[in-house]
Amino acid sequence: MNIDFGTTEKVIGIDLGTTNSLAAFLDLTGPKIIPGADGDKLVPSVVSINPTGEVVVGNAARELLITQPDRTVYSVKRLMGRGLDDIQEELKLFPFRIAPGSESVLQLQLGPLPDGRGSETHLRRLTEPRPSGSGPATYTPPEISAFILRQLKQNAEAYFGEPVSKAVITVPAYFNDAQRQATKDAGRIAGLEVLRLVNEPTAASLAYGLDKRENGTIAVYDLGGGTFDISILKLHDGIFEVLATNGDTHLGGDDIDNLLLRIALEDVQSEWGDDLSADSEGIQRLRRAVIQAKERLSFVPFTDISLEYRGKKYQREIQRDLFDKLIAPIVDRTLGPCRDCIKDAGVTPEQIDEVVMVGGSTRIPLVRTAVENLFRSKPHTELNPDEVVALGAAVQAAILSGDVQDKLLLDVTPLSLGIETMGGVVSKLIHRNSTIPASASESFTTGVDGQRNVLIHVVQGERELVKDNRSLARFDLKDIDPMPAGMARIEVRFLIDANGILNVTARDLRTGKEHSVDVKPSYGLTDEQVEKMIQESFEKAEQDFQDRQVREARVEADTILAAVEKARRHDAYFELSDEERAAIDRAINELLLVYHSDDHHLILNKNEQLNQVTMKLAENMMNTAVRGALKGTKI
Amino acid sequence: MSANRTCWNCGQSIDGSLFCPHCKSLQRPPSDYFTLLGLDRKLKLNTADLQQRFYELSRQLHPDRFMRKPEAEREYSLDASSILNDAYRALKDPVKRAQYVLSQEGFEIGEQRSKDVPPELLEEVFELNMALEEMRSGDDSARPQLESAKNNFTNMLAEADHQLETQFANYDESPNRETLTKIRGTLNRRKYIQNLLDEVLQ
Repeated sequence: MNIDFGTTEKVIGIDLGTTNSLAAFLDLTGPKIIPGADGDKLVPSVVSINPTGEVVVGNAARELLITQPDRTVYSVKRLMGRGLDDIQEELKLFPFRIAPGSESVLQLQLGPLPDGRGSETHLRRLTEPRPSGSGPATYTPPEISAFILRQLKQNAEAYFGEPVSKAVITVPAYFNDAQRQATKDAGRIAGLEVLRLVNEPTAASLAYGLDKRENGTIAVYDLGGGTFDISILKLHDGIFEVLATNGDTHLGGDDIDNLLLRIALEDVQSEWGDDLSADSEGIQRLRRAVIQAKERLSFVPFTDISLEYRGKKYQREIQRDLFDKLIAPIVDRTLGPCRDCIKDAGVTPEQIDEVVMVGGSTRIPLVRTAVENLFRSKPHTELNPDEVVALGAAVQAAILSGDVQDKLLLDVTPLSLGIETMGGVVSKLIHRNSTIPASASESFTTGVDGQRNVLIHVVQGERELVKDNRSLARFDLKDIDPMPAGMARIEVRFLIDANGILNVTARDLRTGKEHSVDVKPSYGLTDEQVEKMIQESFEKAEQDFQDRQVREARVEADTILAAVEKARRHDAYFELSDEERAAIDRAINELLLVYHSDDHHLILNKNEQLNQVTMKLAENMMNTAVRGALKGTKI
Repeated sequence: MSANRTCWNCGQSIDGSLFCPHCKSLQRPPSDYFTLLGLDRKLKLNTADLQQRFYELSRQLHPDRFMRKPEAEREYSLDASSILNDAYRALKDPVKRAQYVLSQEGFEIGEQRSKDVPPELLEEVFELNMALEEMRSGDDSARPQLESAKNNFTNMLAEADHQLETQFANYDESPNRETLTKIRGTLNRRKYIQNLLDEVLQ
C-alpha cells in the first residue's frame, strides 16, 4: 500500500453499528481502532438520556438499559430512515415508545408517560425548540445516532489531542436512500462533515487487504446485529469493483436474540406465572441473559440461560443442536439474497475465489457452515468480525484525504430507482447493481393548459407497482410558465452519487435555465429540520461546556473552603489580626453567595479573592509547620 | 456535444481534452459515451479494451480523487464519473450499445414496438400459446412441445445475435440510416424472441 501522509487534518472512519460502533484511522502501519476513554474499542450503540437531559453513551448506557429502560435506546439503526408502518414488529419488543405524529419521521418518546397516560402526550413539533425540564422528550433516530457519533468524535479528539471534524461512515450495502440520508443527517447533527458513506461489506474488503491478490472475485458475507449484506466484488489492480449486492436491512443477531427471548419469556410465564413482557426491566435482564447464552454457544456445545430477578430464579439448559435448529430459518433467510447476488453478478459459486466473513453474527458455527456449503470454500475469518468494517472505513478515509492513492472503490446502488407513471406503474430509470455515480435523464411536460407544476414521485425497489416499492420522495417542478398542454419541456436528471444518495436537478429545455425542484422526502427529515437540530446540538454543546466550567469552579471552591475551614482551627489563624480574620470571613461569605450561580467567572473570581486574603494565613501555617519540625529536630 | 475550447480555471486553450494541459484541472466532461471513452463511433468494439479504458478513466475521474479540489472540479468529477459508468454499462452490452447509437441518431426505441409480432413468427407464437395454455390447465402432455420451443427460440436468439454482428460490421464500414433501420428491426425481433423464451422458461 502506498501511503503519503501529506495532509494535516485527520479523517476518521466510523462503523455506526446496530450493536456496537467503532472509530478507526490509518497510520503508517495500517488501520487502527481508536479506543474510548475506558480503553474499550467497541462503543455499545446504546444511548440513555436522563430526565435532566444529560446524555450517556456506550458501556455506561448499556448498564442503564437495565435500571432505566424507558430512557435508554438501543439498536436505533433499525429505525433509521423508516416509517411507523415498517417497524410494528420491532415495537413489540423495544422498551421505548413511538410518539404520535411519527408517520414520516419516527419520534422516540423517552421517560414515563405524563399523567393522563397518553391523552396529554407532549408532542414536539420538529421545528419547535425541545422543551426544557424533565417532561418526556422525543428524539428522532438520527438524533440518537448523533449522540453515538459525537461520542466517537470525542474519543478520537482525546486520542489525537486535536479536533476532528471529518469522517467516513459505513452503512449496510442494502440501505435505501432514506436510510442513507438519515445516517448522513446524524453525522451532520453530531458536528461531523460526512465525506462519504461507504457500504459495510465493501469497506470490509478494503480492510482485508485482498488486493494482494492482483485479480480475482470475492464475496463478502456480512451478518451484523440488525442487518445482512452480501456483496460480490471483482479485484483489478487496486480497483475494487462491486459486481452485485443484495441483503436484508432487517435481519441480524437481534432476530436471534428476539427468538430466544420469546422462548424464555414463555418459560418464565409458565414457571413463575408472571408475564415479564410488561416489565421492561425484567425484559432487559432476560434479554441480556439470552444474548450471553447465544454468544457462549459459539464456543461451547451447551450452556445455561439463567436469570435471577425479584427473588425468583429461572434456569434452562440449551444445547447447540437445539440452538441450530431454532436459528436455522434465520440463517436460511440469508441464503436467498446470496443466490440472487451470485446470479446478478453473473458468476458461478466456483468462480468466487474467496469469501470474507464480517459482523459479530458470523461467529455462529451454523452461519459459517451455511456459507461454506453455499460457496463451496472455507470463508476467511482471520480479522475480528467486529472491527473489520471500521478498519476498512479508515482506509477509505485515507483514500479520500489523498493519503492512499493506489486503491479505488467502485460501488453499486442496491435498489432500482424509478418514477411513478400512469396507473401506479413504475418506470425504472436506474437499475439495481449499476455502478455509482449513475444517472438517468427524463423529459417531462404538462398535461393540461396553463399547468404550473409537475409532481414526480420517485420510488426505490424491484416491483412493478408503485405501492409495492419504497416511496423515496416527491419532487415538485414549480413555477412552470403557463402555456398549452404538452408545450413545456423540462428535463430532469436523476443522479445517484457515490454515497448512494439521489440528487435531482431539472432544466427547462426551452430556456436552457435550471428549473427549481422542491423535495418532499417520504421518510426522513427535511433540510430545515436537520439545520434546526444542528443548531440545537451546537447550543447543547455550548451549554454542556458551560455546565462543566461551572462544576469545575465549584469543585475548586469546595477545595478552598475545606482548606480554610481546617485552617481556622489552626494556631496560625489566631496569630492573624482582627481585620485579617474579618476579611477572610467576608471572602467566605461572598464565595458562598455566588457558589450556586451559573456564572463560573464569578465563582472563580471569589475563589481567587479567598485565596488572596488567606495567603498570610497559609504562610503562617507553613512557618508554624517549619518551626514545629525544627523543634522536633535535635541539632 | 460541444467540446470546451478554453480551461474554466486558467483560461488557456485545452483543445477538447478532459484535463487542462496547463493547470491540470478537470474540465466539463463530454456527454457522449464514445467521446468520453476516447473511442471511435463503432458498433463493433473490443470489450477488453473497453474495460481497460473504463478502469483507467475511473482512476482519473472518480469523486474520491477530488475531495480536496475546488467545488467546480468536484462537480465535474461527479458528472464525468456518472457519465463514464453509464457509458460503460451501455457500451459493454451489444444490444444496449446499438440502442444507444440508434437513440443518438434519432430513432425511437420504445418498448411497445416489441409487442408487434414479427410475421414470420406468427405460427410459432400461436402454437406456443396453445401449449402454454395446456400447461397452465395442468396438462403435462405439452411439456415436450415446450422443450422443443425452448431450443427453437434459443437457436433463433443466436441467429439474431449473429445477424446483429454482420449488421454492426456493415454499419461500421459505411454508417447510414438504412443499416440502422435494419439493426432496429433485428433488435425488436430479438427482444420479442427473448420475451417468448422467458415465458417458456417460467
